[in-house]
Amino acid sequence: MSAAPDPSELLQTPLHALHLALGARMVPFAGYSMPVQYPGGVIAEHRQCREAAALFDVSHMGQLRLMGDDAAAALETLVPQDLIDLGPNRQRYAFFTNASGGLLDDLMVVKPADPGAGFGDLFLVVNAGCKAADTLHLHNQIGHRCQVVPMPERALLALQGPLAVQALARLNAAVSEMLFMSAAVLDLGLGTGTGTGTGKIKARCLVTRSGYTGEDGFEISVAAEQAEDLAQALLAMQEVKPAGLGARDTLRLEAGLCLYGHDIGPTTSPIEAGLSWAIQKVRRAGGARSGGYPGAPVVEAHLAGSAPSKRVGLVGLERVPVREGTALFDASGHKLGVVTSGTLAPTVNQCIAMAYLPQNQALLQHQVYAEVRGKRLPMRVTPMPFAPHRYKR
Amino acid sequence: MTTQYTTDHEWINTADPQAAVVGITHHAQDALGDVVFVDLPELGRSYAKGEVAGVVESVKAAADLYMPLSGEVVEVNEALRADPALANSDPLAAGWFFKIRISKPAEVAALMDTTAYDALLKTL
Repeated sequence: MSAAPDPSELLQTPLHALHLALGARMVPFAGYSMPVQYPGGVIAEHRQCREAAALFDVSHMGQLRLMGDDAAAALETLVPQDLIDLGPNRQRYAFFTNASGGLLDDLMVVKPADPGAGFGDLFLVVNAGCKAADTLHLHNQIGHRCQVVPMPERALLALQGPLAVQALARLNAAVSEMLFMSAAVLDLGLGTGTGTGTGKIKARCLVTRSGYTGEDGFEISVAAEQAEDLAQALLAMQEVKPAGLGARDTLRLEAGLCLYGHDIGPTTSPIEAGLSWAIQKVRRAGGARSGGYPGAPVVEAHLAGSAPSKRVGLVGLERVPVREGTALFDASGHKLGVVTSGTLAPTVNQCIAMAYLPQNQALLQHQVYAEVRGKRLPMRVTPMPFAPHRYKR
Repeated sequence: MTTQYTTDHEWINTADPQAAVVGITHHAQDALGDVVFVDLPELGRSYAKGEVAGVVESVKAAADLYMPLSGEVVEVNEALRADPALANSDPLAAGWFFKIRISKPAEVAALMDTTAYDALLKTL
């Protein structure tokens, strides 16, 4: 296996210098040098997001546009989502499937109201660790039907929390009117800039009202050269503090959201993962555009009830963190599965985890046992999210 | 000075060899991040120097706690078990982990003093 990456070989986001100036602890992640936390620590950043507003740099993620009238129909050959009828300025959660009905990546798809606005007929955000493979997949499979254009010249910021809207509205009041999973291409005012300060500087951004924390919030695609000014404009507001990948993980886990490569992957079907809600009726068996994506027979069989396992939430009955890879057993000592994500959750103040259990064990309140340092610790199957979602619907 | 250090960034105060106090250094708590859980050694159990005596966990990761010297655990910090954040806020005092009765006093000589530990920190 390869050795640890040489720090000088890691890619940097457009906010790299800002992270260092803010005292961030940087770690390698998906080939990038990324802030895992700032000096206040992960728990403070987590709470900041739940109580006010936290700003995350997620520029390592992949942004792409698909151009052409056939883009939606073409993309439907790779995902079980309804994209043809995705409304203008609407966003949808989607996932690439493989031939066995497993998942290659999960992603967000936006249909900009104006295909001429610079974000294509469809705008995609994919996971950092998968962006090269996803781009190749798109190019190989649908590159003959639409243009697949990566957008590495864009940065991506996430502003999340109950006070995110009042903060962002100072840069453009229109964001207050956006509903959850809507999108808009609009100008964010960056103040009067440095130097002579003659006139306002604006950044043309694609903003969605969505995120990965369970809170209300926004994700903002901004030109790389304007990213630092935008980040500074937001951080200058009293509601906003920076937050890193450590808090991003505890927040999304409390929100019951999957992390690709941990809770979902090539061997998990979307049905097992609890993502059936993301497969619209028109793409299911009996719908007008059923099937037509890789692994459709497996996905349809799972939808019909044959999924062998199910992703569940677990809460530890003892206050001992149960982490990814921990083996789970039933009361008789039979192994049931392994934990896919786990942590001590700062808001719910309990040890939480996600795992796949056989269907007949995946029942609410059912007790299983996690083997940690030779001891079997009781955990209980719990509904997710662990912390309630507070989306602006 | 009665406080010595290990290369694992733990300190031990040997002023009372019947109840030598063990904790983690400021460097260790900073490297760990927010401590959310501690697994303390068993009261009355004897450990050899270097043996894993417990675990200190942050949000992101778990780290082993090692015995800096051979001995028997005579007290553990229940206040720390109840509030693991003490390891971050006061690692050198209220955030102490456990106390041991030193069984092999000759081992003390192999520990680092403050000067040597500070020199180690500079190399990291």
